[in-house]
Amino acid sequence: MFLKKNNFSSTEEITGWGLYPRFNVLKKNPKNIDELTEAAKTPSLIARGNGRSYGDSSINKVNTIDMKNFNRFLHFDESEGLLVAEAGVLLKDVIDTFLPRGWFPSVTPGTKYVTIGGMVAANVHGKNHKNSGSFGNYVHWIEIINIDGEIVRCSRNENSDLFFWTLGGMGLTGIILNVAFFLKSVKTAWIKETTLVAKNISEAFRFFEDNLNSPYSVAWIDCYTKGKSLGRSLVMLGEHAKINEIDFKNKSNPLKSPKKRRISIPFYFPPFILTKFNVRIFNFFYFLNGRIGRRTKLVEWDTFFYPLDKISNWNKIYGKKGFAQFQCVIPLTNSKKAITELLNCISNSKSFSFLAVLKRFGTETSYFSFPMEGYSLALDFPINSNNLLLMKVLDEITVKYGGRFYLAKDSRIKKNIFEKSDNRISEFRKYRQNKIQKKFSSIQSDRLNL
Amino acid sequence: MRKNVLLVLGASSDIGMSVAKKFAQEGFDIQLAGRNSYNLENHCTDLGIRYKVNANFYELDALDFNSHEKFVRSLPILPNVVVSCIGLLGDQSESELKIKKNVTVIRTNFEGVVSLFSIFANYFIDRGNGTLIGISSVAGDRGRASNYIYGSAKAGLNAFLSGLRNRLFSYGVNVLTVKPGYVTTKMTSGLKLPKALTTNPEKVAYCIYKAYKNKKDVLYVLPIWKFIMIFIILIPESIFKKMQL
Ligand SMILES: Cc1cc2nc3c(=O)[nH]c(=O)nc-3n(C[C@H](O)[C@H](O)[C@H](O)COP(=O)(O)OP(=O)(O)OC[C@H]3O[C@@H](n4cnc5c(N)ncnc54)[C@H](O)[C@@H]3O)c2cc1C
Ligand SMILES: NC(=O)c1ccc[n+]([C@@H]2O[C@H](COP(=O)([O-])OP(=O)(O)OC[C@H]3O[C@@H](n4cnc5c(N)ncnc54)[C@H](OP(=O)(O)O)[C@@H]3O)[C@@H](O)[C@H]2O)c1
Repeated sequence: MFLKKNNFSSTEEITGWGLYPRFNVLKKNPKNIDELTEAAKTPSLIARGNGRSYGDSSINKVNTIDMKNFNRFLHFDESEGLLVAEAGVLLKDVIDTFLPRGWFPSVTPGTKYVTIGGMVAANVHGKNHKNSGSFGNYVHWIEIINIDGEIVRCSRNENSDLFFWTLGGMGLTGIILNVAFFLKSVKTAWIKETTLVAKNISEAFRFFEDNLNSPYSVAWIDCYTKGKSLGRSLVMLGEHAKINEIDFKNKSNPLKSPKKRRISIPFYFPPFILTKFNVRIFNFFYFLNGRIGRRTKLVEWDTFFYPLDKISNWNKIYGKKGFAQFQCVIPLTNSKKAITELLNCISNSKSFSFLAVLKRFGTETSYFSFPMEGYSLALDFPINSNNLLLMKVLDEITVKYGGRFYLAKDSRIKKNIFEKSDNRISEFRKYRQNKIQKKFSSIQSDRLNL
Repeated sequence: MRKNVLLVLGASSDIGMSVAKKFAQEGFDIQLAGRNSYNLENHCTDLGIRYKVNANFYELDALDFNSHEKFVRSLPILPNVVVSCIGLLGDQSESELKIKKNVTVIRTNFEGVVSLFSIFANYFIDRGNGTLIGISSVAGDRGRASNYIYGSAKAGLNAFLSGLRNRLFSYGVNVLTVKPGYVTTKMTSGLKLPKALTTNPEKVAYCIYKAYKNKKDVLYVLPIWKFIMIFIILIPESIFKKMQL
């Protein structure tokens, strides 16, 4: 019962969602604007949201500023769905509050446990990037604590450079304090989901291109098939269901979501649990399910957008050593070739991947965000020397085809590879030169010399 | 029908905010009272948007005893439920050196709440209903070397709440004593809390609402604390004094 007290800053071990790498850092949890501006006075710092980036994006050794206490809604305009929220608000809270009133995020990542600040800083994409672009498209303005400790507002018309570098700028332009963004109007809490079973990667690509009008699309790929069935996948299409499309029993309350329980994993799984064998069984059942399930069905929003959120800390299944996600995007002209090569490389390797996700991106307008028109492939790998090597090979293939990497998922890319992958880096460096670069920095930005 | 109203004393507290949210979700209008008005204003806006309830904030210093009667009279509506989240943990080692700080810990946790609750008690008696919820602590169950200043203030609060409950019962006014155990809030940030004995503000709020509905008297949020404290209370003083607790 001896508890030692240490005021509002403390050293603790933190990691990204991938639990790799781990760092002992000084973290601050400011409660109000005074404490925040005080905390922002140190020479080097990074803001942290809910730590759902995989690696070291939101970690600074001497001053990691946790923004989760800034979690209040400040304004909502019912007529156009414009919400003003503090940066630490969780996307989950946005949905819980506004879906019952007919509003849904215009763009959402694959988990609702992210903060609005994190969504802006990574300029996140969803399954609708091809038509709707990134989250930044719906951001009206941002208030940010800049290098001088002042709160400035930026938007497309006001301090626009700061605005466009902040979208996708990974916290490296300042501390995002408040964000005004548009939600989109929906009629029900349900998604009309159509599942297509693709025999191989070519067919998967065809399904994507044939269904560009479908608002949402994503494919889950079985990484263990080879040859003619390489890239066997389930392509899932979705659209928000209209009132006359949902079941009779839900019609009386079309925006209500059924209550669900979250399962949590009580401990780190030992490494043998997740063997290649098990993953295969998992994939087999997954595909069986895809085959026998009705091709078009109604699912509630949570199942469609956030299947992984059902298990609160699924990152522990990869064991104590953690895991890394490889996510790249390949320009459209090279997509098929490059992704086939990537999949070949993975299926021939000894490693196994639990998740392989393919998405179609449209064009991107902000300065430094990840997406570009083409296809994005994402896979998780438990950390071990084989997999680290394999990911290096995947890096090379990506660069060869003109692709680039998602910083929010990265924990291990080498500087020289990153530089080869993205010719916008020099512009970003120029913007950050001198003052900003020293002030706002993460372990990741130091590693990549951003 | 007019909505029920919850007043939170010490509203910038993390537990207090969670309680406000829970009650707002259940349809209560909310009054927040505390020292930190910047935060309280944003909290009110947030509650209004989230739950479509009326939420207002008021300045209140628990140590400014002379202002309390005026504060209560200034409320536009006498609340149905008052929850006090006022608390100050202090630093035991520092407290031992600085007598003045001891006094502040005692006055904040004990006298401040006593003063405010006594006023509300009278108003509630007149009205013939109401609920007073005092957040106390398991630390008040037995004085231990590691935090007996805070603990003794909470012990005082426990006795006060129990007496008040006894007095108010026949008037239809309920008093709930809450002993949360460890909770992850700003009060405990930087402390290494044992996981099994620690809960979060949302859970505390949920349990408080349930206990309020069921007109409970004493609430241990984590049942395990009840057993721990029963055990600790049973240890004979001659042995207890030699233990490092
Ligand atoms: C299961 C899962 C699925 C995912 N799916 C997707 C997906 O489909 N699409 C996608 O785009 N991403 C996806 N992600 C990644 C995730 O959306 C991003 O990493 C997001 O940035 C995480 O937000 P966070 O609040 O947890 O921020 P953190 O991880 O804490 O921080 C991420 C970055 O944002 C910065 N940041 C956070 N808050 C602030 C602030 N207030 N001011 C300035 N900078 C700030 C940090 O400095 C850091 O650079 C997924 C992640 C997981 C775990
Ligand atoms: N966290 C735990 O583990 C734990 C365990 C058992 C019991 N408790 C009790 O739970 C209650 C809530 O605490 P918490 O954990 O939510 O911590 P907290 O956030 O520190 O809350 C304490 C609150 O008391 C307020 N306060 C202190 N002195 C005041 C004064 N003179 N006038 C008005 N308000 C004053 C503080 O206001 P300012 O913001 O203005 O300082 C703060 O809002 C407290 O009674 C605490 O003792 C907590």
